[in-house]
Amino acid sequence: MTWLSSEELSALHLSLIVAGRSVLLNLPFAIGVAWLLTRRRFVGRMILDAVVHLPMVLPPVVVGYLLLLICGRRGPVGAWLARVFDVELVFNRNGAALATAVMCFPFMVRAVRLSLEAVDRGLEEAACTLGAGPLDRFVTITLPLMLPGVLAGAVTAFAAGLGEFGAVITFVSNIPGETRTLPLALYTALQAPGGDTEAARLAAISCTLGLGGLLLAEWLTRRLRRRFGT
Amino acid sequence: MADAAPAASVRHLSVRRSALHVRIDKRRGAFRLEAEFAVPSPGVVALFGRSGCGKTTLSHVIAGLLEPDSGRIELDGRVLLDTAAGTVVPAERREIGYVFQDARLFPHLSVAGNLAYADRRAERRAGIDAARRARHPDRETVVQLLALAPLLERRPYSLSGGERQRVAIARALLSRPRLLLLDEPLASLDAARREEVLPYLEMLRDEIALPIIYVSHQFDEVLRLATHVVLLDAGRILAQGDLGAISLLPELRAIIGPDAVGAIFSAVVLGSDADSGLLRVRIGQGELQIRASDRDSTGRDETLRLQVLARDVIVAREEPRAISVRNHLRGVVTTVARDDAETDLVSIDIGGPTLLARVTRAATRDLGLRSGLPVWALIKSVTLRGQPPPKQPPGDASATGRAYPGA
Repeated sequence: MTWLSSEELSALHLSLIVAGRSVLLNLPFAIGVAWLLTRRRFVGRMILDAVVHLPMVLPPVVVGYLLLLICGRRGPVGAWLARVFDVELVFNRNGAALATAVMCFPFMVRAVRLSLEAVDRGLEEAACTLGAGPLDRFVTITLPLMLPGVLAGAVTAFAAGLGEFGAVITFVSNIPGETRTLPLALYTALQAPGGDTEAARLAAISCTLGLGGLLLAEWLTRRLRRRFGT
Repeated sequence: MADAAPAASVRHLSVRRSALHVRIDKRRGAFRLEAEFAVPSPGVVALFGRSGCGKTTLSHVIAGLLEPDSGRIELDGRVLLDTAAGTVVPAERREIGYVFQDARLFPHLSVAGNLAYADRRAERRAGIDAARRARHPDRETVVQLLALAPLLERRPYSLSGGERQRVAIARALLSRPRLLLLDEPLASLDAARREEVLPYLEMLRDEIALPIIYVSHQFDEVLRLATHVVLLDAGRILAQGDLGAISLLPELRAIIGPDAVGAIFSAVVLGSDADSGLLRVRIGQGELQIRASDRDSTGRDETLRLQVLARDVIVAREEPRAISVRNHLRGVVTTVARDDAETDLVSIDIGGPTLLARVTRAATRDLGLRSGLPVWALIKSVTLRGQPPPKQPPGDASATGRAYPGA
């Protein structure tokens, strides 16, 4: 990869880290929320459903702005995190991961929900009659059966997370080596005179990564389905 | 149908020692299920009735997969459900093995993994004492009983329907249940596969000292397996009792159809007839000659379960001579009941067991058939329905159970 400049390599590296962390951050929450939405009837279920999908319809800038308000240094969550855990989110890669996670959350929840709905409840009943309690059933039956869908969703969300722009630049700005991911680097290159070639190269990388992610997700789904014989 | 609906009658099981007591009431829309019965230990109680009569709802309620509106369930002296007291034991703590119609093997585990799933949880369960452990066969024994050794590494999707059910039965056994519930385990199999699984179910009944509930809408399965029958219709129990008594009930006709009506009873093998090669069996005070295939066990003094269909019995006032029907039994008419518009069902006591004969109403009139009349029953055909379960010595079930080596 000698044809990439060190700035481009750093943007690629950063994108992978940010997208990876966002997926890891999202997974437990997405599984929890999908489970609530699929398996539980409660007051406010429709509201939760709508809130989860909000990032899909809001302009990403708004999400970034809301994150600044809530998780910024003076925001309620941001101040609390700084005080209790000494963690800062603004202007660093963790903040970028958080912004990416919020934007990709609806994707993840959708993927997990679909795979949860596809799990045969009869198998959980069978586990129940064999002496497995609720948590046992979830961990040993439901989760493994959901796995193909969840993995495919995670890979898709990872690919989408590589390209998150609006929420990231609004929340954590555009700092080289810290928050300048692929799309931000591409944007910067376009702003600079003579950056066309660099922009084209970055665009090519983005396309390759995106396509690779989608193909990987499809391959994973097929492979795991075959293993279960469904 | 022109006939009046059969009068509902409840005859209680005379059970020396019962493992399970059930009394439940459940409404689902317009459907209402109301049932009360007991299951002896050991023994096989068939929950029998047409599709949609509430059999599966009832077994789900017993297993704890469905909650009734009201009722009480007690298993081995332990209350599993008592809506009046607010007691509901969750399904995972009821210790009831359930074999579903569609097997429900875990697709992400191998056959061995499926078995281990049940085995591990039973081992871990607190309160499973040494005596119960000895009463239940261990993993190797179960694998051997159900002939699963060649399948252990296979995945459920690669198994045939019959193999799947065998694995499901083994898995349920390995959960060391106090009761085994078989919910139409053969219903999704074709005839050949059913014949392949049935012997395993008979083996289960005879080898393992467990009370079993067998849910089915196939009367021939009930005939092969059950000791007692609970007859369900439209959410209510029409009758319950041992198989022989149930086979004589007029209510059965509406469920199994007129051609399947016939007495079921036990007979003892006397030996085989040298000339004809037929098997001689004792029934009541008389004797029958029947045809038995090679695979039937027909040793002297063995007990067989026989069925004589009502349409295969001819009633005569005096013993006929020079007639092709070989089996003639002397008996006394006990009842004459209306069968349908043109026919009657005549019950004939043949000195112990009772036979059913279908005759036309004109014949009833011409022969003057009435209760107390001595008659001859000519039997055109007898069907062998396997062997009834071996008689269990009375007393505690744990003492009658076979102890398994290495368990």
